[in-house]
Amino acid sequence: MAAEVGAARSVARKVPESFEQVTKLARYQLREYVRSRRFVALLVIVIAIGAILTVVLAHFRGLLVSDTAAFYGSFWGGAVDLIIILSAVFFGGDAIAGEFQNKTGYFLMGLPIRRGAVYAGKFLAAFLASVAILLIYLAILLLNGIYYFHANAFPWQLGVALVLALVYLAAVMGATFFFSSLFKISAYGFVLTAILFLFGFSLLADVATDLVKIEPWMIISYAESTIGSVFATNPNWGFTGVQTVAPIVGASWSAGIGEGIVIMIGYFLISALGGLWLFEREEFS
Amino acid sequence: MAPSIETIGLTKRFGPFTALDNLNLKLEGSKCVGFLGPNGAGKTTTLKLLTDMIFPTSGDARVNGVSVRERRKEALADTGVLIETPEIYPSLTPTEALEMVADLRGVPAAERQDRIRTVLGEVKMTDWADQRVGRMSKGMKQRINIAAALVHDPSVLMLDEPSTGLDPRGMAEVRTIVRDLKQSRRLIFLSSHILSEVVDVCDEVALIDRGKLLFYDTLENVTARFSGGFTSVDVAFARPLAPEDVAQKIGTLPGVAGVQTLDPKRVRVRLNGGVEAQERLLEALAGLHLGAISIADSGSALEEIYLSQISRGD
Repeated sequence: MAAEVGAARSVARKVPESFEQVTKLARYQLREYVRSRRFVALLVIVIAIGAILTVVLAHFRGLLVSDTAAFYGSFWGGAVDLIIILSAVFFGGDAIAGEFQNKTGYFLMGLPIRRGAVYAGKFLAAFLASVAILLIYLAILLLNGIYYFHANAFPWQLGVALVLALVYLAAVMGATFFFSSLFKISAYGFVLTAILFLFGFSLLADVATDLVKIEPWMIISYAESTIGSVFATNPNWGFTGVQTVAPIVGASWSAGIGEGIVIMIGYFLISALGGLWLFEREEFS
Repeated sequence: MAPSIETIGLTKRFGPFTALDNLNLKLEGSKCVGFLGPNGAGKTTTLKLLTDMIFPTSGDARVNGVSVRERRKEALADTGVLIETPEIYPSLTPTEALEMVADLRGVPAAERQDRIRTVLGEVKMTDWADQRVGRMSKGMKQRINIAAALVHDPSVLMLDEPSTGLDPRGMAEVRTIVRDLKQSRRLIFLSSHILSEVVDVCDEVALIDRGKLLFYDTLENVTARFSGGFTSVDVAFARPLAPEDVAQKIGTLPGVAGVQTLDPKRVRVRLNGGVEAQERLLEALAGLHLGAISIADSGSALEEIYLSQISRGD
């Protein structure tokens, strides 16, 4: 009898397709993020950075705002990576580990939803929350740009740099989700992502160029540098020469835009799919 | 017609430890089945396997005839689940949390708000419907979890110690909710180590210990099978009894197999027989003029069976 009842209800209440569940879950998760203290904290950080930028620009106007490309190269290319890393860590650091550690996973995993849909929904929400933070920073930057450059405040490189930043965000978020899936304790994911992206990858890139003398195409920080280099007047991509910082005689490379995008997408795919693979196999034990 | 819940040779090992050992269980029909066992017996492990939260070492778990491992989405479509006092996203309100569940489960938008209002009313959380969950007590969160398991009106309900974290009043309310749910046509699989809860609301009982199923039957059959034809009743008196009255007057009544003093005004009488023996005891007590004011099933039969079966495994 129960099975008959069940069959009848299944007809009336068709469980949404997985893609639809991803967007539904992302909507509620995004609401959770936007109301969280971490969102407020990031907002404060971004507004503080924006305020400092505005004050510094006002004070050193002649030195810092020679042209729009230099302006955005410094203040978008030079600062956005930090905001991206902080956003990814804040929103993605405990996205998966927290489901185990905080037991919120027990609320979700009893539902008729594939683990892949949970993972994708949470990823989408964390990505969108981070985009919101980036857009706030961009708005502050644009207000300054419009103030100083008027109609010339929107160079074409800014659009490219914005796309590069979003791809980089996807890559960092993918790595954050990977580490979050790897551990059942949120703090490990937070710390590992922050260390790797703030210092680790840059250090590895230096080792590759200065000691091993190879193009560090496998290091994401190399690809990330395109967000700033796109604003260069005469960009010099590929091998850019020998650098000597005694006693080290190193080499120097600069990633092209296409190369940077490929590297970042590679990082995103490998880490995000790796994280999903781990999450699919993780038990709520 | 496929059983609502079925486990086939279900086994789960964590390293060298066998948490569940070849569990074969088939539950069907509209009733409440109590899943009893001490802590660590394998109750929660079974429910987690039935909901794909953990994966079997061998065997299969099926809900409404569908393997949860192979097709979890389909298997859990018509199932309400409450396992291990889940936490709800703290920034959401109960209404929003239930909207999320209903939305993900495909409850049509037209009936969603009605269902949410109904289940929040059932768990007595209407007044807190729009407060943030993060500010609520464990008991209040557990009520929302119960509501979340009910919001889509499932045909199969799996509840893992649902009264955990609730105060006595909350526990009583949960029992009332479960009893009311039995009136709708559904199978309720209720894991618990609270015997009185199972006796109060369940029709059938499965006892598990150390990962092995010891028995599964109706409460009546279990009692008849394991109690050796004895029943126990608690008798209350208006005034304290003298020890000699207990031993010499009550203890020697026909059909009485033993008497235990619970407190000066209450005794537990073990009777050789069922309802007829209780009837004879009631008449005899009235004739003794000891001030007997009430007689009630002690509910200890299942407890005695539970203890004897569990201790047998020690």
